[in-house]
Amino acid sequence: MTHVLDPGTLAAGTRPGPGPAAPFDDVTRSDAALRAFLHGLPGVDQVGAEQRAATLGTRSIKTTAKAWAIDTAIAMVDLTTLEGADTPGRVRSLAAKARRPDPDDPSCPAVAAVCVYGDLAGVAREALAGTGIHVAAVATAFPSGRASRAVKLADVRDAVGNGADEIDMVIDRGAFLSGRYLEVFEEIVAVKEACGDAHLKVILETGELVTYDNARRASWLAMLAGADFIKTSTGKISPAATLPVCLVMLEAVRDFRAATGTQVGVKPAGGIRTTKDAVKHLVLVNETVGADWLSPDWFRLGASSLLNDLLQQRQKLRTGHYSGPDHVSVD
Amino acid sequence: MSDRLAVRKTYKLYVNGAFPRSESGRTYEVADARGAFLANAAWASRKDARDAVVAARAAFGRWSRATAYNRGQVLYRVAEVMEGRHAQFCEEVAAGEGLSSGRARAVVDAAIDRWVWYAGWTDKLAAVLGSANPVAGPFFDFSLPEPTGVVAVLAPQRSSLLGLVSVLAPVLAGGNTAVVVTSHRRPLPAVTLGEVLATSDVPGGVVNLLTGDAGEIGPWLAEHDDVDAVDLTGAPADRALELERLAAGSIKRVLRPPAEEPDWTADPGTSRMTRFLETKTVWHPKGV
Repeated sequence: MTHVLDPGTLAAGTRPGPGPAAPFDDVTRSDAALRAFLHGLPGVDQVGAEQRAATLGTRSIKTTAKAWAIDTAIAMVDLTTLEGADTPGRVRSLAAKARRPDPDDPSCPAVAAVCVYGDLAGVAREALAGTGIHVAAVATAFPSGRASRAVKLADVRDAVGNGADEIDMVIDRGAFLSGRYLEVFEEIVAVKEACGDAHLKVILETGELVTYDNARRASWLAMLAGADFIKTSTGKISPAATLPVCLVMLEAVRDFRAATGTQVGVKPAGGIRTTKDAVKHLVLVNETVGADWLSPDWFRLGASSLLNDLLQQRQKLRTGHYSGPDHVSVD
Repeated sequence: MSDRLAVRKTYKLYVNGAFPRSESGRTYEVADARGAFLANAAWASRKDARDAVVAARAAFGRWSRATAYNRGQVLYRVAEVMEGRHAQFCEEVAAGEGLSSGRARAVVDAAIDRWVWYAGWTDKLAAVLGSANPVAGPFFDFSLPEPTGVVAVLAPQRSSLLGLVSVLAPVLAGGNTAVVVTSHRRPLPAVTLGEVLATSDVPGGVVNLLTGDAGEIGPWLAEHDDVDAVDLTGAPADRALELERLAAGSIKRVLRPPAEEPDWTADPGTSRMTRFLETKTVWHPKGV
């Protein structure tokens, strides 16, 4: 990193209460300081980022490398159902799929987590007991984030109380876009506190942030506030996860670790439907932040239909002929 | 002759209502019956076949649920547009099959008439093949034909237009969607038929035309788990048995190839339609 900020120029000293770790403990002392810091981040070269993502997307991953990539991607999937029509039965069947994605093949890995609305976290927790598969719940008035802070925090506590060990929160895009960065920061800090031991994923909803510069700023803001993961989108807005946005966020977590020593995970979500898309993301991770992030602990794919495509590709590699949607479950 | 430069044509595939190049980037030269260069055609690969099956599967719901009357109208519209391209078809059939212009015209006429004939069958299939069954119980019991699903068609190698229409139209009339591997040496009438389909009212993906080698793509289609039936009419004679064996892995309907390519001008009968129809029987308790 170091091109972002020279740690030596910052005032040392600790700040009472929750706040960013050194060397960034000073940048959240006021709205103006935070704005100065975020706007001081180097601008994203839009053409360069898009070109870099496109180039990496052309890498040819075949045979054994493809088999590895498919299994790795399956293990990184946050199997998601976020519909108004969700029922406990649907969540239980999704949990069964999460444990054994391909019932015909015991060598197929389980997914990383099941992602549901907070009220169904208890059902998912019960169905996944003893498996090591995480239960992620969306909270803070997902997907819009338009509710008062008290409601959002109650939402988080409720989801954690129901058994979620990962919380996917949305930032207040309205506040972010109108420049009230400290407000967004304080909200993330408060949610983090409400999470307790649960991991916090912060959804930036990059489709509403308009520019890559904003995606970079929001990434830094979330990491400064203590996010364990930064996530591209809710999946309710298009465009959702795109390769260039993922690249910008990966660069942000790389620079953040170089500066602070703290590693933060990345989760692209929404719009990743095919094995090809998933493999492109893995290539992007490997080339941008390296193998340290190529694990379900640090990189996740938020998806629902992706898993079926991964399983069909896996069956194709195993049997030598093309599989079809009749050979995977209907969710 | 003018000294105008010749416009050399490089045709593409017809998949999902669009005209993509082959994923492999391959093309091959198409020659006329005497060996002179005619055009370049795309040489489809197994991945093009895979994409075509995805498109055909996606299109199946809409095409099979359309009313039989509507399907008939759409197919009749195809015949109308073919009629508008009559001269082009004649030229291509004459060049590819080495026919005189009079013979070629007769073949194109027969192909268009064949299409109209099958268009007329769509709303008669249920009446002819369905039945109210007398059963030993208090049930109203009836049977109806339903389309099989995605049908992979290896089109005849010699008869490039009449043969193609004779294998494709019966598949569509029943409500199936099709992935067709065209005649390898004589693909141009099929390419033009693709342009006809794209400008008539056939929804994208209902027909997918792959120019290329049936021997190369055939096994991938025969083995594909998401293909419900395969018509081996144009399969290489020595590969037909192998293709049938591959198709058995996913319990496909298989239409075996005739020993010799038949005379396509003969009365087609209904057997090609019934081969790609399934019978659904409903037992309804008589109440009240």
